[in-house]
Amino acid sequence: MNVTAAPAIEVHGVSKRFHVFREKPSTVKQRLLTSRAKADDFWALRDVDLEIGEGTTFGLIGHNGSGKTTLLKCVAGILRPTSGTIRQRGRLAALLELGAGFHQELTGRENVYLNAAFLGLSRKQTDAVFDDIVAFAELEDFIDNQVKFYSSGMLVRLGFAVAVHVDPDVLLIDEVLAVGDEAFQAKCLDRIRTFQHEGRTIVLVTHALNTVIETCDRAAMLHHGELHAIGMPDDVVREMRYVLLGVTDPNFVPEEGTRQAEIAEVQIVPPPGSRQGRILRGDTFTIAIDVRQNEPVEDLDVDFAVLDGATNYPVMDARTSRAGLHLGRFDKKRVRFRIEGFPYDPGKYWVTVGLSSRETGHLYHVQTQRYMFEVYDAPRIQDRVDVSVAVEVDDL
Amino acid sequence: MAATIQIVERTSESPHLRVGERLRVLIAHREILANLVRKELKVKYVASVLGAVWSLLNPLVYLAVFTFVTRVLGNGLPDYPVYLLSGLLAWNLFSASTLGGSRSVIDNANLVKKVAFPREILPLAAIGVALVDYALQMVVLLIFIVATVGLHVPDLALLPLAFAALLVFTCALTAWIAALNVRYRDVGHLLNIGLLVWFWVTPIVYSSGLVQQHLGDRDVLAILYFCNPLTAVVEGMHRSLYGVGVLPGPDGGTATWDMPLGTLAVVLVAVLVGSMIFLRFTWGSFFARSGDFAEEL
Repeated sequence: MNVTAAPAIEVHGVSKRFHVFREKPSTVKQRLLTSRAKADDFWALRDVDLEIGEGTTFGLIGHNGSGKTTLLKCVAGILRPTSGTIRQRGRLAALLELGAGFHQELTGRENVYLNAAFLGLSRKQTDAVFDDIVAFAELEDFIDNQVKFYSSGMLVRLGFAVAVHVDPDVLLIDEVLAVGDEAFQAKCLDRIRTFQHEGRTIVLVTHALNTVIETCDRAAMLHHGELHAIGMPDDVVREMRYVLLGVTDPNFVPEEGTRQAEIAEVQIVPPPGSRQGRILRGDTFTIAIDVRQNEPVEDLDVDFAVLDGATNYPVMDARTSRAGLHLGRFDKKRVRFRIEGFPYDPGKYWVTVGLSSRETGHLYHVQTQRYMFEVYDAPRIQDRVDVSVAVEVDDL
Repeated sequence: MAATIQIVERTSESPHLRVGERLRVLIAHREILANLVRKELKVKYVASVLGAVWSLLNPLVYLAVFTFVTRVLGNGLPDYPVYLLSGLLAWNLFSASTLGGSRSVIDNANLVKKVAFPREILPLAAIGVALVDYALQMVVLLIFIVATVGLHVPDLALLPLAFAALLVFTCALTAWIAALNVRYRDVGHLLNIGLLVWFWVTPIVYSSGLVQQHLGDRDVLAILYFCNPLTAVVEGMHRSLYGVGVLPGPDGGTATWDMPLGTLAVVLVAVLVGSMIFLRFTWGSFFARSGDFAEEL
């Protein structure tokens, strides 16, 4: 990835105001009877400044309604900013919706050409990639059927297949990656990597924070229409998690320690065979901590704590010393804590991981609430049990 | 990567329409237009065995019915089927374009909200669909004319001029209505009623020569009658395809408006130029409003 000086997208002081009508006047009569003052103003974006370098992959995150899509639409030219300027270099394609312009009555083939035209491909260009598109969507047998006979999954695959065969310098992607089954998603992410290698600029709006960490070079977070954080994806995602959970403690130190021993990687491993990698209430799962010793440390103690995301209260913890383990000197080791049946309510949980001295309590490396996992309710079929039922009859 | 890198700047200002520049943008996006027209045509004839033949049947039936009716009843305009269709096809192009165009932005709300492309393409696609029908039906009419009454060679030269005036005027009005209809849905209803009145003040089914006889030499009324640009267009169509025609009866007189060919050409040029100015205005208005379409839908 070559990051050159010239930004592909420059956003300067962009604000966007929407008039929110309680009921939008759409006839002349209504318009005359309703004064414009009755409309409420809603600022979807406030004074946003951003620069996105050419050839970089930029993640845009934020909770629902934070203005991500509005910003993307302003960059794409679908919406006009209320103030500020946006400067954009190169050919742009915006994937705000898969299969834009798909028509139920047309065949898959006709829809490919229609959709491709909207994404800026000429007929010749579409001819050239048509077979690839069909193969990518895995719809060889159905391409000449009307799409009204397609399943929703087939439609999504076809829409995405067209989308990833566009040929822009700048690609805006809004949440469309979150479609299809896992295998198809992997294929899509793979395609994104190819785009990256080809030196294209990609702006990715997503709720999948891990995708941002794994694929983006830089990231920004919007919060109530304002630019809340911008920088390395790791930092921005962490900030996002704090904001999501309402952590506003100014004394909060995310990471500290003298680093004789270091936390190299932490993985929260869902139980094998779980659906979509989900952790259900009562599941047994593992927190795996990879530790590297930079200097020989004799009395290393590895611990973790789980905090309830809603309240920030610690609900459980464990440490190697309590289990009677002496790790001794080593270069790199993986410590696995297996939680035998997680008993707490569904919701989000933080994980704090620490390396310290067993003897003195000296902190080598602590990552406070750096990791997160979510627990889902276990679907269950209720057993039949004997419930006593009292019967009373009254004369009326 | 292309040698020239295009730089787009977007601000809060609604951009000023530069016709040449915008035309280049539209030409660059012609694939979308072609695809939308193709889509509309396909959807229109999907699951019909005869497909586009239905478009041809329409004028054929008109020709057959009116040939028969005038034979039996006699006494009307000479070659009435040709007179009727040469005006009616132009009218159909106009009304189908404006009606389709008025709904074009609203009906494609999903596209407008999710895809960036020049919005002018939507009303243009509606006009494109009407043009395809027009072209097919013109072929039928021309064949009929050649087979029955024959072409009026010198007068035929007016056809391109009348067609150009019709097309530019249609584009101008369609763009205006399409943009207005996004904010005020009344415009669509108003158009329906307006077209009904407009149809009858234009000499399509009745003889313009008779109108001239009634208005007589009162020039103001005659000029007023020609202030309807479609009157000029339809008269141009009549003159080039139908000719002059002589009314039966003791008074005689012409079936179409009796004026020298040169005068009619001048009137048509005036309509064409006026329509171009009108188009410049409505296009500018459409262009300025189009930035807010995604919000207003």
